[in-house]
Amino acid sequence: MSERDRPDHENPEFGQVERSEWDSEEAGTGRYEAQQASDADEAVVELGEFPPISELESVDLSDVDPALGDPKLVAEMVAAQRETHVEVGEALMQMRDVTMKFGGLVALDSVTFDIRRGEILGLIGPNGAGKTTCFNAMTGVYRPTSGSVAFDGVPLGRLKRNQITRRGIARTFQNIRLFGEMTALENVAVGTDARHRTSVPGALFRVPRHWREEQDALERGMALLEFVGIGQRATEKARNLPYGDQRRLEIARALATEPKLLCLDEPAAGFNPSEKSALMDLIRKIRDDGYTVLLIEHDMRLVMGVTDRIVVLEFGKKIAEGLPVDIRNNPAVIAAYLGVPDDATA
Amino acid sequence: MSTSTSATSAAAAKSPGPVGVGDRLRLWWNQLSRPAQWGVGLPIILLIAAMPVIRPPLLTTPDTDFGAVMAQFGMYALLAIGLNVVVGSAGLLDLGYVGFYAVGAYTVGLLTSPDSPWNKTGADGFLSDKWAWLAVLPVAVAVTAISGLILGSPTLRLRGDYLAIVTLGFGEIVRLLADNLENTTGGGQGLSGIAYPRVGVTEANPFGIFSIGNTAEPFNSGLWWFWLSIVLIIVVLMFVGNLERSRVGRAWVAIREDEDAAEIMGVPTFKFKLWAFVIGASIGGLSGALYAGQVQFVVPTNFNVINSVLFLCAVVLGGQGNKLGVILGAFIIVYLPNRFLGIGDYKYLIFGLALMIMMVFRPQGLIPVRQKLLAYGRKIWQAAGRRSREEQS
Repeated sequence: MSERDRPDHENPEFGQVERSEWDSEEAGTGRYEAQQASDADEAVVELGEFPPISELESVDLSDVDPALGDPKLVAEMVAAQRETHVEVGEALMQMRDVTMKFGGLVALDSVTFDIRRGEILGLIGPNGAGKTTCFNAMTGVYRPTSGSVAFDGVPLGRLKRNQITRRGIARTFQNIRLFGEMTALENVAVGTDARHRTSVPGALFRVPRHWREEQDALERGMALLEFVGIGQRATEKARNLPYGDQRRLEIARALATEPKLLCLDEPAAGFNPSEKSALMDLIRKIRDDGYTVLLIEHDMRLVMGVTDRIVVLEFGKKIAEGLPVDIRNNPAVIAAYLGVPDDATA
Repeated sequence: MSTSTSATSAAAAKSPGPVGVGDRLRLWWNQLSRPAQWGVGLPIILLIAAMPVIRPPLLTTPDTDFGAVMAQFGMYALLAIGLNVVVGSAGLLDLGYVGFYAVGAYTVGLLTSPDSPWNKTGADGFLSDKWAWLAVLPVAVAVTAISGLILGSPTLRLRGDYLAIVTLGFGEIVRLLADNLENTTGGGQGLSGIAYPRVGVTEANPFGIFSIGNTAEPFNSGLWWFWLSIVLIIVVLMFVGNLERSRVGRAWVAIREDEDAAEIMGVPTFKFKLWAFVIGASIGGLSGALYAGQVQFVVPTNFNVINSVLFLCAVVLGGQGNKLGVILGAFIIVYLPNRFLGIGDYKYLIFGLALMIMMVFRPQGLIPVRQKLLAYGRKIWQAAGRRSREEQS
């Protein structure tokens, strides 16, 4: 059951392509650019083979809720409403000397940084730098070997993963992990359920709280789908959605858990340039709606274009932190990405 | 199961044009209002209930009593619905489901059979002869639910194949206990004289209409048990439907689809897996209690592991996750061997072959699943239906 037919565009080469894109920008090697262009063409052809939209299943939004026609009202329904203790601009997530070891391998080596409330923080680094490990340590998938992670002023101790979600950290997955047989709306409803409390007795006897929560799941679910731009496809099975819409649906599902911090793990993997710019708009829109965003991404144009600050990892160590402009010119970062000429090390 | 999912998606991707009869039927059904659905459904249910009375020439079973066959179908349908919660919705492969069936049947047997040391009927018991069966029915369900809890709480931390092996073991343990605890369960001799609802006592039926002694045609005991099981099936279906169209059902399907992702999205996975197990178990226990009452006799050989596989076969054949589908699956499993008695023990061969052929050509089952997981989903469906009608006109 775990094997699902993921789209082909998720093969690891894509990460490489994104990286060479930036490499070529910096180093200006024409061959790289040509290579990248042909790769991009292939990607477009692959992305074109989407399953067609079933005519029977498109939903007229105004029939469901008239408010869904107005982007402002939609943004208001989606907006972050949970009470957050730290002020805007202060550290929402504090990573202090976090070390992760897997056997003899040190995946993270005393990494320290903050994510400030209301910002878009980019976490970048070459393949194998420990970005995803860092991410997993933050979202409770792994427990750090040493060091501390504090979220919203409270240390994240030994919590279960679903409890961490309830605390207010939501994530998307590098390789899309939607509930394929559920419709788009049901996927988002699972996210809204993170804040619901109806269990078997309540559902069995349809207590008033059950109806309230179902109403919330429907309304907020539809608003979220509309917010990320796939409201029309609410009743389509997630697995039948086009690749780009699946990525959007993941974001909607994560937002549905009412997070204080939204972590996006390579949301632009396999996107063409126009899809990437649409994604950048969406990420900004999410930030403007009151969310804090952590972005892990290979694509430099996207990271440079959308983030407020950037943290760079290499071999499990933080090598730089700062504004996009500074990172772009940081020699350590350039060395990490492009390598150091032989004569420089000799 | 991975093959099934990929095949369905491939089919969905390749067939954009004409939508099948099944899909049209489903769309039409989905946009009916609740009363309209009952208006259509009730006559169909009544027609099915009347089958053993009408006895249509081709459909009826010439060599066995059709009423008794349908009664057995009713019990298997209940089992299939219960197993479907565990396997179809929550995606937990349970190969020891017959164990719960046995626990339900033996609870009734132990409390009401004169052979049992714990018999509570008769002169020194507190259960009246007339209502003993009905009184122990909730006890049987509760005991099975607890057995589900006991089995589930340590084992549901396991996944996939490991869970299947542990549940397989549970099924065998229950049967072996029944076989070997000779002082209480009667061992291989079984328990006889189990209570049943003693209603409708007349001159012709001195033991009531539910007694196996009632052989009046066509209103024999089998028919009455069939009708009783139809009522129970409807009640259970409504409860299970309520659960499906709620946070619980969404959690189950999310766990089935991707357990890790579900947990990261805030689903307390262990809690809901345990609930699925407990609910599945209690429905199995209910069916077992019906069985014990109908045949008034339980013996360990009726609860062989092969039955677990047969129940699972009903679920997979009919369509995992689809309640209507698994009822159809149960019907096939019960009806075919009784209709064509010559099949005999070849039925396992035939069902095995049928499953293999199904896995190649229709892995999603006869009636594939299209779960509805939102209590207010009707609103969305009706919006979708309006849209499609507008586009057609």
